Amino acid sequence: MRGPATSKLSALTLLACFSLAAWGLDAVLPPYLGALFLLIGINALLAVSLNLVNGVTGQFSLGHAGFMALGAYTAAWLSTGPLASLFLTEMSSQLGLACTVLAAALVAGSAGWLVGLPSLRLRGDYLAIVTLGFGEIIRVGLLNDNALGGARGFIGIPPAGGAAWVFGLLALACLACHRVMESSLGRALLSVREDETAAEALGVDTTRCKVRAFAASAAGAGVAGALFAHQESFIHPGSFDFMKSVEIVVMVVLGGMGSMSGAVLAAVLLTVLPEALRPLKEITGVDLRMVLYSLSLVLLMLFRPGGLLGRGELWTQPWARRLFLTLKEGKTKKT
Amino acid sequence: MATLIQHLINGISLGSIYALIALGYTLVYGILRLINFAHGDLFMLAAYAALGVCALLGLGDISLAGLAQSSWGAFALVMALSMAAAALAGWLVERLAYRPLRGQPRLNLLITAVGVSLLLENGAQALFGANPRRVPTLIVDAPAFSLAGAQVSTLDITVLGTTLTLLLALEFWVQRTRMGRAMRAVSHSHETAALLGIPVNRVIALTFAVGSALAAAAAVLYGAKYPKVEPLMGVMPGIKAFVAAVLGGIGNLRGAVAGAMILGLAETLVAAYGASSWRDALAFGLLILILLFKPAGLFGSYQREKV
Repeated sequence: MRGPATSKLSALTLLACFSLAAWGLDAVLPPYLGALFLLIGINALLAVSLNLVNGVTGQFSLGHAGFMALGAYTAAWLSTGPLASLFLTEMSSQLGLACTVLAAALVAGSAGWLVGLPSLRLRGDYLAIVTLGFGEIIRVGLLNDNALGGARGFIGIPPAGGAAWVFGLLALACLACHRVMESSLGRALLSVREDETAAEALGVDTTRCKVRAFAASAAGAGVAGALFAHQESFIHPGSFDFMKSVEIVVMVVLGGMGSMSGAVLAAVLLTVLPEALRPLKEITGVDLRMVLYSLSLVLLMLFRPGGLLGRGELWTQPWARRLFLTLKEGKTKKT
Repeated sequence: MATLIQHLINGISLGSIYALIALGYTLVYGILRLINFAHGDLFMLAAYAALGVCALLGLGDISLAGLAQSSWGAFALVMALSMAAAALAGWLVERLAYRPLRGQPRLNLLITAVGVSLLLENGAQALFGANPRRVPTLIVDAPAFSLAGAQVSTLDITVLGTTLTLLLALEFWVQRTRMGRAMRAVSHSHETAALLGIPVNRVIALTFAVGSALAAAAAVLYGAKYPKVEPLMGVMPGIKAFVAAVLGGIGNLRGAVAGAMILGLAETLVAAYGASSWRDALAFGLLILILLFKPAGLFGSYQREKV
């Protein structure tokens, strides 16, 4: 067994390598693919954070795009207003980005806490309706707020970030989720998913657990929103509509609810697929994407409710274990 | 004073439409403990069915001069046929999407419901196009009589009359008939009901059909009030009717009607006296307030879940 210290160290090394590799890859990719690459990272961050609520805790949130919007607009407002001077040079813009990302996480997280507190006290389905309503209220509010651009959108956000930031934060989020799942809070969240009554009987403060998970998940969406805003340098309320929330939900369900690597995998698939299917839209003339999304939700639930990876992770799949074992055997044979 | 009464009349008229939709939510929730997200979209499908029936019967706009018994007959016919179509659609949704999931975790059922809802919306968009279509006028909205200076129109009378008739019929069905009793038994406990020889699946399917038929009646009335049909028309009324059902205590039929009336009146009054742009946010604000202070709704009783 590895001790916690080495495990932490190796995780940090892994994180650094990962963001460095992403940065390198982004540097060599042509602009279109580079943008797609970053979008994959942002979507994966959204899916991983939503997985904490919809997958791990067994609740159902339908307003993730609303929290993303909060984060995006927070970052946009800060980087053009109070923190604008930080974004003048390349070096200080890194500091500025760190500030806006942090602020976005705080704002979205507190909003998540506020929304979650009343709706998570109750069992089950109320959260879905409340989050749906919350997402719509945010979108309509942004549409009507002229100080933030209203329906015209928010223009002139200083571009910052890039692959190292996106994938570094994604890796950080994954690591954090992984660590949480190994902690007592993670176990408590799983127990809430499996049987709330039993969890309560065992002394788990279910409401508190759920609200914590929900606030953390909202904060993750806020971070993704901030990165998105600095990436696109133009945001408008339509980018964060109900369809976006559904897209993230489909990612979590397709990946397997509760599976972190599944969420990442599904995010990659569902970001690349629509781009690959673009010619189909030009031929048929209708945007069949939403029809496909909704149909895949229903069919998944009917025929493969576990999604791609079920509740396990990529490395706990039987075929992955077998692969690992054969690799290990091959190594020992050689030596 | 007259304007206040006018707003109250409009509010009751809007509330009756919400009530018909809310009953579908409450019926299904009572029996399956499921928020049927697709209910608002069944409402939308029913509106398209009504359009289809009108086209099939060759009903165009009926002119003022021709306003006689015939238009009432046509209205009743359109309503009956679209209720039948919606009942069929509701039955199909239950049969194809919800029944195979019986016994599985409720989260799966909820995700399926969201999926069905989106599928109906986007399917309708692909099939019928996103452009709104106009509903032919079957009832001319003429002032019928005045009440303390406020005008009560024929349309208001139709809406209220239809709603009352359907509510009484539903009340009779649930309380006095064999099938209604079976439904109440199933909503108590599926297992016990099955042991007593009640065909649980058939009762659930019938509940969906009845709820959808009520939504269809609401759709026809809504179409007479706001003559526009589009694929996303069911979303807002659906959500608001759900809020109404929660307000009255979800699972409680009379509560749903009361909640819908309260919501309809509150919305009309808010729109009339002040913030019309906040009209749609009111429902969500109310919902959050109820969840905070009285999660069981005004007339419901909160049952603690036991092992």
